[in-house]
Order: sequence, then C-alpha cells, then structure tokens
Amino acid sequence: MLLNAKEIHIALHRLACQLIENHDTFANTVLVGIQPRGVFLAERLKTILETDYKIKNITLGYLDITFYRDDFRRSGKPLEASKTNIDFIVEDKKVIFIDDVLYTGRSIRSALTAIQSFGRPLEIELLTLIDRRFSRHLPIQPDYRGRQVDAIGGEKVKVCWVENEGEDAVYLINT
Amino acid sequence: MSELSVNHLLGIKYITEDDIHLIFETADHFKEVINRSIKKVPSLRDITIANLFFENSTRTRLSFELAEKRLSADVINFSAASSSVKKGETLIDTVNNILSMKVDMVVMRHPNPGAGVFLAKHVNASIINAGDGAHEHPTQALLDAYSIRERLGKVNGKKVVIVGDILHSRVALSNIFALQKLGATVKVCGPKTLMPKHIEKLGVVFEPNLRKALAWCDVANMLRVQNERMDISYFPSTREYTQQFGVNKALLDSLKKEIVVMHPGPINRGVEITSDVADSKQAIILDQVQNGVAVRMAVLYLLASKIKHNED
Repeated sequence: MLLNAKEIHIALHRLACQLIENHDTFANTVLVGIQPRGVFLAERLKTILETDYKIKNITLGYLDITFYRDDFRRSGKPLEASKTNIDFIVEDKKVIFIDDVLYTGRSIRSALTAIQSFGRPLEIELLTLIDRRFSRHLPIQPDYRGRQVDAIGGEKVKVCWVENEGEDAVYLINT
Repeated sequence: MSELSVNHLLGIKYITEDDIHLIFETADHFKEVINRSIKKVPSLRDITIANLFFENSTRTRLSFELAEKRLSADVINFSAASSSVKKGETLIDTVNNILSMKVDMVVMRHPNPGAGVFLAKHVNASIINAGDGAHEHPTQALLDAYSIRERLGKVNGKKVVIVGDILHSRVALSNIFALQKLGATVKVCGPKTLMPKHIEKLGVVFEPNLRKALAWCDVANMLRVQNERMDISYFPSTREYTQQFGVNKALLDSLKKEIVVMHPGPINRGVEITSDVADSKQAIILDQVQNGVAVRMAVLYLLASKIKHNED
C-alpha cells in the first residue's frame, strides 16, 4: 500500500489548499476530471473546496479522451468510451485537468487535444494524485501532485475510492 | 462486449443483439461530439474511406461523408454515372483499382442484392453496405431503432408497424431484423400486392387495415412508395394508395393515443404522410437524419478499430 485513507485525506486537503492559493475564488477557473478514473478525484476535490473551504459554485466537467487517443488500432484491446459532460465554454477560462495517476503522459496529451473542442482556454494546469516518476513518454509534468512514486514498468498503481471500490487507498501491484 | 463480432457491416442479419447495443452506446458518445462547437475527433485520421455509389442517393451519401469527415478520415467519392462502370468494368475490378490506392474501408450502395456480401469475399477491405437493391440497408435500420430508443427510452417490448412498399424495400427488411433482435414486435401494413409472399416466415404479421395497425402500434414507420422499382402497376392510383395507406392528422387524432411517426425519406408529401403530420411533434423524421450521422460514426469507428495498424 502506498497511501491509506488518512494519507489520502491529508493529501486531498493539501491539494485543495494549493488550488486555492492559485485560484482564490475559482471565479474564472473550471475543474475537468479525465474519464474514467479522474472523475472520482475531481468530485472529491470539489466537495472539499465547497464544504470545508466554503468556495461557492465550482464548475466541474468530465472529459472523455477515447476518440483522441494515439493508440487507436495499435493497442490489443478495443478502446471503450465514457461520457463527456462539459456544459460550459472553456474559452478564456483557467482549466485544471484532474486525473488519478500520471504515467506516460499520453492521456494528458490526448486531453489537451480534446479540450480544444470546447474553446481556447486561458491556461491549463494538471493535478494528479499519483505522479509516477521516470516513466514519461512525453514532456508533461503535473502542477499539483499528491505523492510522487518510483514504480518500474511491470508494476501498476491502483487508486481505490470509497464510491467505487469501497475504500480509499492507493496500491502498488506487481503484475 | 466492446468489439463487434463482424469485420464488415453487410446486413443486420449478420450481426448480434450485442453488436447493436455496442453501436448504440458508441453512437451516444458521438451524438455528444456532433453537438459541440467543434464537431470533429481525430480517431480515423490514418484511415481512407471510399464511398462507392452505384445507385443514386442524397441523404445516405451525405450522412456517411459527414460521419467520415467528423472522424477525420480521408474520403474519396465515386458515383457510377461518371465512371468506368459505364465502359464495362466489373465490380471486383473497379473496387480493386480503388483499393490499390490504399483504401481501408468501402461504403457501397449497389442496385444488386448481395453485392456487399460478394465484395467482402473477394476484396481486402472493410465493407459497409449502404443499401444493396431490395436486400438490406443496415445503417438505416440502426438509426431508425436508435431514434426509437431515444424517443421511447428503449426498443424492447415496443410495437412497430412498417407501412407501405415492403416488397421493394431494403429499409423494411433491415428494420424487421433489427427491431426483432432488440425485442420489438413488428407488423407490416400496405397493399397486398406490395407484400412479399412469405413475409410471415420472418415472424411479422401482415395487417391490411391501416387504422387497426396504427391503433395497435407505438411507432409507425412510413416507407416511401418506390415508383422507380415498380415495373408493373401494384395499385390502381396514387390517390387510391393515399386514401387507404396514407397517414393524415385526422387519422392520428382519432387514435386516442400518441404514436411516433417515422419516415426514412425522401418523403412524397401528401402520399405516404401529409405535410401536417410530417411537420408535427409526433414525427421524428429530422431526428432520424441527425442520428444517422452519429450512428454511422459509431459503425465506422467500431469497424475501423478492427483494422490492425500494421496490416495497412
């Protein structure tokens, strides 16, 4: 186990505070959870910002990147899409991408392309709970990270959420 | 279940219920995409698609072309009227010549039933049947069923009547297969002369009386009278056809329930349905057209995902 429920709780609150430092009232900022796994983290952060830090009306959207991926027809398994739900325009907004694990950076590359369909953002930042060091294929780094992890190729980082798996925990799994 | 069971879409007969559900779920995502301000995704940017239309078409060809472009595929168009087909070239030769220009997928409409099936056996590309004679028109049936699902929530358990020229209609046959696979009950209605002889063997009931058929159904799919395929007179006059099998507002209002009215287009206004019906809220004719693009994007995307990258 990399993080237990208490450590995740602390990390989420720290990330929320870091976001507030840079975005104050979130008046011109939108959160975008990357489907499928980033939405749990994004919803948690929204709840913390609204209930614990009394920030009103945080805008949250979900972005599915399936049709923008660069491994279509190249990976063995078929790609399955999730729902995109962005009912706002990102034109001239500050966008914060939220995903659970940053690994090769290819998902974020796809997300950078996908978000353009919704306008031209003022700037884009990246928040991840787990940052896997030394495994990037692209020059992409997070602006906010919960925990940095050194994991080798054969290992897998799994983030579990109460909403989905019944517990808050992050595991390093040997495959 | 996240991959089609087939490499070509030749007819609804050849695909499974799971395939249809997968196409619908994928189409849901594409429907969201085509309602964005930028309606395009890059998925098929390294795929080339040839649209081969050996028979006239406006709606289907435009719909396919738009779907292909929304997926970023390269598209070439071909219509038989201006081609070497007129000079006597065979179908396989025509298609192989086109494929040697590195084409990955072929969307084909052809006047002969089974042309798609034949082609799939003889050439190395993914084939999508966009209508083969009076045989099948699978993407039309998919978008019809998708539109029913969108309007009524589901297709399973619904009662659908297909009215008109069943004999010459590829839309009818594909619709019957699709609706039955999804659990709907299907009746057909129209002049006896325009009913195929053994239609009951498909598990559909022939109802000669339009009023009874409409009173029974949740959805009425009004087919076009295909004058161009009628070599002999199948009914005395258009006026008589309209009186017996045309739907008008008074008839719909007398049903004491609201049914959904569909039409695959092009409409002969005042023949199969009157203008006030075609433009009413009960009609989902323009929804069908919009859904056509999303459903065709789903079919193209799912079939393209089965073309392995290195086999190009």
